[in-house]
Amino acid sequence: MIGIEHYLTVGAILFVLGVLGIFLNRKNVIVILMAVELILLAVNINLVAFSAFMQDLVGQVFAMLVLTVAAAEAAIGLAILVIYFRTHGSIAVDDINRMKG
Amino acid sequence: MIQAIAFYFFATIVVASAVMVIMARNPVHSVLWLIMTFFNAAGLMVLVGAEFIAMLLVIVYVGAVAVLFLFVVMMLDIDFAAMRAGFSRNAPLGLVIAGILLAELLLAVGAYNAGGITLGSPDGSAMQTAETSNIEALGALLYGKYILLFEIAGIILLVAMIGAIVLTFQPPKPGARARQDVGKQIRRRPEDATVMKNPEIGQGIDL
Repeated sequence: MIGIEHYLTVGAILFVLGVLGIFLNRKNVIVILMAVELILLAVNINLVAFSAFMQDLVGQVFAMLVLTVAAAEAAIGLAILVIYFRTHGSIAVDDINRMKG
Repeated sequence: MIQAIAFYFFATIVVASAVMVIMARNPVHSVLWLIMTFFNAAGLMVLVGAEFIAMLLVIVYVGAVAVLFLFVVMMLDIDFAAMRAGFSRNAPLGLVIAGILLAELLLAVGAYNAGGITLGSPDGSAMQTAETSNIEALGALLYGKYILLFEIAGIILLVAMIGAIVLTFQPPKPGARARQDVGKQIRRRPEDATVMKNPEIGQGIDL
């Protein structure tokens, strides 16, 4: 029978794939943003799984907040990407060192 | 039995398409695999009875976020092959860290299954009863006890929208195409704009 641990495992694998995606595509901001979306999806799967198996809907309310933040983050991230491309003509992240951080 | 088959079906496709998201050579393919991932994650959520979140995933992610990604990927003219230059150089470190992370997370899941730390039990105030649907129960919760959270979510979206507009807004260059002047359009009256003429036959009109 499918229990909560199955869902948690899928969430864990998805989270790790997101982190791995950030490492593998260090230069491509678009894929990095997609990897962040994967991480947030993993979080959502965990929240919904716990919510369903513990009979408590609050987890789904929080999953909705995570979804909102993910959408806002994608919009802002892509906007920054577009203006960076407009001024520099490239989106290579390792060239972004203007602030010398 | 059918639940197990459906779960493994969705879970396999979720994981496989997530792998393709981060491995695909072409970012357009990455976005399409991302859509696949979200669709199947929505299927997983339907399986546990969270229909509303599942529909939200399909509408918000597939309908809005993924299309936004597609627009940006296609709008930017980038040599994506050069972007992958560091791919194999970064792979060992990334794989090591990912392996450690996965082992830790699975250890945590195993410990949770073995009894683990006692979690706080839900107080039953947010339980989904048999006679209400998921959406109904969630709506009652969202517009009642968690109204502040709902409004904060709205403000986050508003700030994101204004931020994206402010970031990408370009003031018009001087000498560019004429822009629409709403006030001027509204001030314009028929008396100033039209004129009645009654020309003789064969005479024509001086404008």
